[in-house]
Amino acid sequence: MVGIVGYGAYVPRYRITVEEIAAVWGKNAETYKKGLIIGEKSVPGLDEDTITISVQAAKNAIRHGAINAKNIGAVYVGSESHPYAVKPSATVVAEAIGATPNMTAADYEFACKAGTAAIQTCMGLVKSGMVEYGLAIGADTSQGRPADALEYTAGAGGGAFVIGMEDTVADIEETVSYTTDTPGFWRREGQEYPRHGARFTGKPEYFKHIIEATKLLIQKTGYGFDDFDQVILHQPNGKFPLRAAKMMGIPADKMKLGLLTPRIGNLYSGAVPVALANVLDYAKPGELLLVTSFGSGAGSDSFAIRVTDAIEEKRANATPVETYLKKTKNLTYGRYAKHRHKIRM
Amino acid sequence: MPHRKSLALVWRRREQRYKMVGTRCATCDGHFFPPRGFCPNCRRKGRIEEKEMAGTGKVFSYTTVYAPLEGFEELAPYVMAIVQLDEGPRLTAMLCDVEPEDVEIDMPIRAVFRKISEDGKSGIIHYGYKFRPNKK
Repeated sequence: MVGIVGYGAYVPRYRITVEEIAAVWGKNAETYKKGLIIGEKSVPGLDEDTITISVQAAKNAIRHGAINAKNIGAVYVGSESHPYAVKPSATVVAEAIGATPNMTAADYEFACKAGTAAIQTCMGLVKSGMVEYGLAIGADTSQGRPADALEYTAGAGGGAFVIGMEDTVADIEETVSYTTDTPGFWRREGQEYPRHGARFTGKPEYFKHIIEATKLLIQKTGYGFDDFDQVILHQPNGKFPLRAAKMMGIPADKMKLGLLTPRIGNLYSGAVPVALANVLDYAKPGELLLVTSFGSGAGSDSFAIRVTDAIEEKRANATPVETYLKKTKNLTYGRYAKHRHKIRM
Repeated sequence: MPHRKSLALVWRRREQRYKMVGTRCATCDGHFFPPRGFCPNCRRKGRIEEKEMAGTGKVFSYTTVYAPLEGFEELAPYVMAIVQLDEGPRLTAMLCDVEPEDVEIDMPIRAVFRKISEDGKSGIIHYGYKFRPNKK
């Protein structure tokens, strides 16, 4: 069955705390910490962008899957922070991992869900026999306007998945999507920072699409929420996924492993991929995972994923997500501003 | 204005910059990075083949740059090191993900793929290797 042959993640080592940001703008840190359930967020190094994050995640995935990169027939990089407006991130990534030249590649953009859209595309290519392996990446160095609520959460990181038919560590039993034209968060061409519709991003956008896509998956698979061992929902902050789970009757203890935003911020296209990688780091054979992403604009992709016996065999090849969650370096707001190229030189 | 590199030059060197593809002499097992097309030890008897370096090694020597080159102002202070690769070759490279005061001679390091420089805001972005601490 089509599934994940190898996976990898990467999160930059730098962090900034909610307290540090709130102090600059005269805000009460506790309000944000409790309101958004977030403690700190990841910040890219001065020399890191979506392409470098994608390369590191992809290398980890290829090593974990123990495959030859030359057998990858498709590379898709999903992000809303591609370094170029025109020129693919995917070609640089493909060249750096040694997958070129007999392959196809493209960049995806769908706010926070471009990474899972890439997984679905790779599933189609693999199932139809067009390629042996597809590499699906979701990565971002997301932008938040200074003093905006998004500045407290917009983080950096990414995850990569080698999708194939043989030697899978987890089979993707089913996937469905729910998509409408609902504007809640956007960034126009040439604009540095995104804008959002504040509370409008919640009910008609995030909750509606997450819940409808998940319901669709439940209908199509016939599973109940009790059948799932772990649940991963898109996590723009720490609060939304917990509330969505509560609305659907999913117990909070099934969300723990797959909720990383309170520690690393919202990784946008990388959020669900990195959370899924973290869950797979601890997964046991036979476990069933429910994964639902969300991208503003708006849409959700939902997946039912069954962990296979190979998860144990390949565990030694993995670079656990936890590797990137410890040994971090906290930045002052001044150094953070430099890292995000907010200082004009 | 920062120094602009030739597009063709950058493109020709992408294999060595992206993947550390060097060369090896099959006669004496000498490794070369950046790649050499000729073995200085075996000379005519040398047999040169492509070889991807593992990217692991140690700091042979280093210096901290406080007066940066044009185009690297944001990165200052940064550490430039002579890197001793496990395969033998020594090369000059920037260290990353480490504070200058934490760098030591013989520190284990490994290559990572990073943004090196860019030709201004509208020009091409150059990617390649830097080295970061390799502590388990």
